[in-house]
Amino acid sequence: MPDTLLSTHQLCAFYGDFQALYDLDISVAAGEVVAIIGANGAGKTTLLRSIAGLCENESQQVQYRGMSIGAQRADQIAFNGIALVPEGRQLFPSLSVEENLIIGGQTKRHGPWNLQSVYQLFPILQERRQMPSTQLSGGQQQMVAIGRALMANPDLILFDEISLGLAPVIIKTIYEALPGIIGEGLSAMIVEQDISKALSVSSRFYCLQEGRSALAGDSQTVAREDISKAYFGVD
Amino acid sequence: MNWINAIVQGILLGGLYALFAAGLSLIFGVMRLVNIAHGDLIVLAAYLGLSTTIMLGVHPLLAMLVVIPLMALGGYVLQRGVLNHTLGDDLLPPLLVTFGLSVIIQNALLEGYTADPQKMSAGALETASLPLGDLSIGVLPLLTFAIAVLVIGGLHWMFYHTALGRAFRAVSDNQDIAQLMGLNRRHIFGLAMALSLAITAVAGILLGVRTNFDPSIGGARLIFGFEAVIIGGLGNLWGTLVGGVILGVAQTIGAQINPGWQLLAGHITFLFILAVRPRGLFPRMTG
Repeated sequence: MPDTLLSTHQLCAFYGDFQALYDLDISVAAGEVVAIIGANGAGKTTLLRSIAGLCENESQQVQYRGMSIGAQRADQIAFNGIALVPEGRQLFPSLSVEENLIIGGQTKRHGPWNLQSVYQLFPILQERRQMPSTQLSGGQQQMVAIGRALMANPDLILFDEISLGLAPVIIKTIYEALPGIIGEGLSAMIVEQDISKALSVSSRFYCLQEGRSALAGDSQTVAREDISKAYFGVD
Repeated sequence: MNWINAIVQGILLGGLYALFAAGLSLIFGVMRLVNIAHGDLIVLAAYLGLSTTIMLGVHPLLAMLVVIPLMALGGYVLQRGVLNHTLGDDLLPPLLVTFGLSVIIQNALLEGYTADPQKMSAGALETASLPLGDLSIGVLPLLTFAIAVLVIGGLHWMFYHTALGRAFRAVSDNQDIAQLMGLNRRHIFGLAMALSLAITAVAGILLGVRTNFDPSIGGARLIFGFEAVIIGGLGNLWGTLVGGVILGVAQTIGAQINPGWQLLAGHITFLFILAVRPRGLFPRMTG
């Protein structure tokens, strides 16, 4: 087992009085791809937001490269090498496609990703680079969102529902591009509703249910009925 | 002839109003903060200019080199130290806090400079004029207008062609996602307020050279600024210049009809445009 890159320790997260995560312990090793699955409202997005710094947590609850980052702000965490591809893409509407990508590289971290390599990955974006990001199709917007996160040259990339609302053929294109993205020693956490997609690209998974980890294991060998049980919470 | 003269003078006056408005527009655009103290900050800048000219014995326009960095620094500190803590989902706290700030600035100026009207002397520049046909155009109003065009052109360029402008637009679009890009919004907001007050410094000194000022005139400058922004359309910098010009022309034409109608004519024009085009003439931003 290689070194742990990121781990959470009894992570709790709240929205006001509502508790979204309960004592969650998960870990991601360097170079590993971990899937997070679970029903709507299970806490998947909250988990990613907590790691990325958009939810406030206690410092000790998130450990990254030996640092306690639970209480850091999102911009500090970005400089430390964690990038989030947010649910629903969330591009900047007043920025062009290229500006969206450039601002992703704001942290000026070194690595293989730059405008050129992102355009190589998604050639259609180069054609549309001057357009406002709002004029792209959903799939192209998702490519920009992924490219924007890659521009930060992160060590850990978090994907939140990258297939949400996209046509199957687009989802296929994006998932075919994934191995090229995470093949280069990058670690990733993938949140998906589509369980088979998530399991096919990951080596391990966690299944969340109502803010707790209901099941964890090896993505390739897990039995489907175990997942069903954990997913729906039926015995 | 008098009418043409009124229109020309009104256009040039509009430059000053656009300068009042530009800083207001900038911070509303970046952080949705309505700065009620903006007018008093303009007056504060005029007083700082006055003190600089007296202490250093320099021309008011040269005093800008002192007042601009001073106001910018003050803006950054004000934003990081006070205003950032008022920003959130609720629009009311920043309104109340900047209203309080307005009261504090007015009273501090009264305490420090008394209520006597002051004016900065710009020497020969004040009376210099250029003949244009039968008209004569004041050099100072012309210079003010040129500075307004330069400032607004510069802001526009900064917004759309620099990394800082990109950061301003990104934070304005979505604060959370901008944070994910490594942008610390508190710092970006601080920079926006610094820039806003740097423009305020220019506006304040040009105001103080043009007319008498005393600690109580901030409120009216705030209204002129608001009116220029709203006439031009939220989020559109060139629209703000047009808004300032429309307001200026309305005022000088009003004054031409009857000297007592200057302000009234400006406000009525503003209300008319608000009624016909509630989002202004050239809106670029919603909400």
